[in-house]
Amino acid sequence: MSAGEFSGALPARASAGRSREASFDTGVSRYFVLALLIVGAVLTLFPFVLAAINAIKSPQDYGANGPVALPRSFDLTALVTFWNEVRFGEKLWNSFLISGCVAFFGVTISLFNAYAIGIGRVRGRGLVLIAYLFGIMVPQEALVYPIYYLAKTVGLYDTKTSVIVVFSVLQGAFGTYLLSAVLTAFPREIVDSAHIDGASRWQVLWHIVIPMLRPTLSVLAVFFFIWTWNEFLLPLVLLISNDNQNVSIALGSLHGQYTSAPTTSAAAALLGIIPTVIFFLVFQRTLMRGVTVGAIK
Amino acid sequence: MASSSERSAGGASAAGYYVYLIPGAIGFIAIVLVPFVMNTAASFTRWNGIARPRFIGFENYIRLFNDGTFWEAIEHALASVIAMSIIPLLIGLVLAAVLFDYISSRFGPRASSILRAAYYLPQILPVAVAGILWGWILNPIGVLDALFDMIGLHWLALNWIGDPTLALVSLMGVMVWLQVGYALVVFMSGLARVDPALYEAAEIDGAGWFTRFLNITVPMLKPEIFVVGLTTTIAALKVFAPVFVLTGGGPGTATTVPSYLAYYHFFTTNRVGYGAAISSIQLLVTVALGLLFLRVQTRQTEEAQ
Repeated sequence: MSAGEFSGALPARASAGRSREASFDTGVSRYFVLALLIVGAVLTLFPFVLAAINAIKSPQDYGANGPVALPRSFDLTALVTFWNEVRFGEKLWNSFLISGCVAFFGVTISLFNAYAIGIGRVRGRGLVLIAYLFGIMVPQEALVYPIYYLAKTVGLYDTKTSVIVVFSVLQGAFGTYLLSAVLTAFPREIVDSAHIDGASRWQVLWHIVIPMLRPTLSVLAVFFFIWTWNEFLLPLVLLISNDNQNVSIALGSLHGQYTSAPTTSAAAALLGIIPTVIFFLVFQRTLMRGVTVGAIK
Repeated sequence: MASSSERSAGGASAAGYYVYLIPGAIGFIAIVLVPFVMNTAASFTRWNGIARPRFIGFENYIRLFNDGTFWEAIEHALASVIAMSIIPLLIGLVLAAVLFDYISSRFGPRASSILRAAYYLPQILPVAVAGILWGWILNPIGVLDALFDMIGLHWLALNWIGDPTLALVSLMGVMVWLQVGYALVVFMSGLARVDPALYEAAEIDGAGWFTRFLNITVPMLKPEIFVVGLTTTIAALKVFAPVFVLTGGGPGTATTVPSYLAYYHFFTTNRVGYGAAISSIQLLVTVALGLLFLRVQTRQTEEAQ
């Protein structure tokens, strides 16, 4: 798009406005705007800070000085108690295992589908894409009971496997749609000349397509990992026993259990926040770059 | 065949590629197609999940139409659209414009990206964690009321999630908090393709910030406004987790949404057919909006080319 398109929208030259604008810049008003935005950001982050400062207080300190005061005590009892009571280490491991497997299998399914659709140009690919598009749009509420019922029927109910399978397919639907567009635009000459040199389809995929697509695949894997980590409804229904629950479900089903022990509530929240903040710091660029990618979900 | 002549040299016919569709196809049939058909079929039956389902035609849908709780849930879904789509969209738009066109040029891009990150953080927090966090803040002996008492505003120390009217307001507030970051980041990535010279020229010409906002930012971001508006509307219409973790649909039915109502009938009252009817209606609405989204998006990309 060219700037010219918008020139009509620009107001006429006004010299008075220019000097006023200039004084805005040198004056205090720009600091006022900055301060306003910082206040907004602080308010947004305030709940995180509250969790952090109260999780390390002693209950006496909380009682005496309230939730907003900085800690005057350093007490990890709440964190340790909560960790042990919900066996948080196990929950973290379950979340990692489930999200990691979904990232891997989801990307694999997406890549295989997109290879057949984008490079193979198989007949009926339009139909396949429409089916997967439906898979992206269908609300989980409309699948949850049958999935629950079928999982019980085949003996996968209350297993991590069930959640891994379900989300590999659901995330894979999204990945298929995305990667098919990428692979349809893939340079054909490379594939064709590899075939002329006698490379099999598998070799082309493994030695040419995957290396060239690595950045896209890793973005997809990061998103699948975080999306799965944050999923709620299906894990809630499928993971019943304490051994199989993940972080989201363990925390989401507390339902005000610790209302009378505020520092424990803070500890629970903090333990839930920490992995997220770590992912955020590690993958910040990927997340910001790829946020529009997830728009269709 | 066309495919064999296309690739006769390599000997790899298009048919061989079908193998790669098999894992995905098996998964899709088992996880999406069969459950979808079962759910739709169940919506025309009376079924408790154990006994044989009994076909009752449209009875579930007719009952739903006369079910006050269902209509109440729809109202709350519309409230969610306001809180998850409209308000975050407006806030995000203004924030993105200020960060891009004001902060970035006066305090450097670093200041603007740090602020952006701060506003975005709630977006990637698992909703369950957000639920605990806000449950702890909003409960009657929680942080917010302690804060109000401390600064002398005792009349504001209310039962934020226990009072039927306030519960919906509180829930909406949390939704806004969750969603602003998404709108902001999408809008900022959209602004990245705007030529900064355009703003500079407008500024030299004496256009104040608000004029630039209305005449450059908003028209430039039209595609993103559409994307954010529609995707968050779809998300709002099927919202479940924030309601489940924060209010459990209550008190009473004060914050019940359609997804929660479906879940309730599936797993608490065991009226599976009735729950299936609710989720089928949701499915229709979501897919219709999704198709609308794709149509407009396709048209936009065609226009851009």
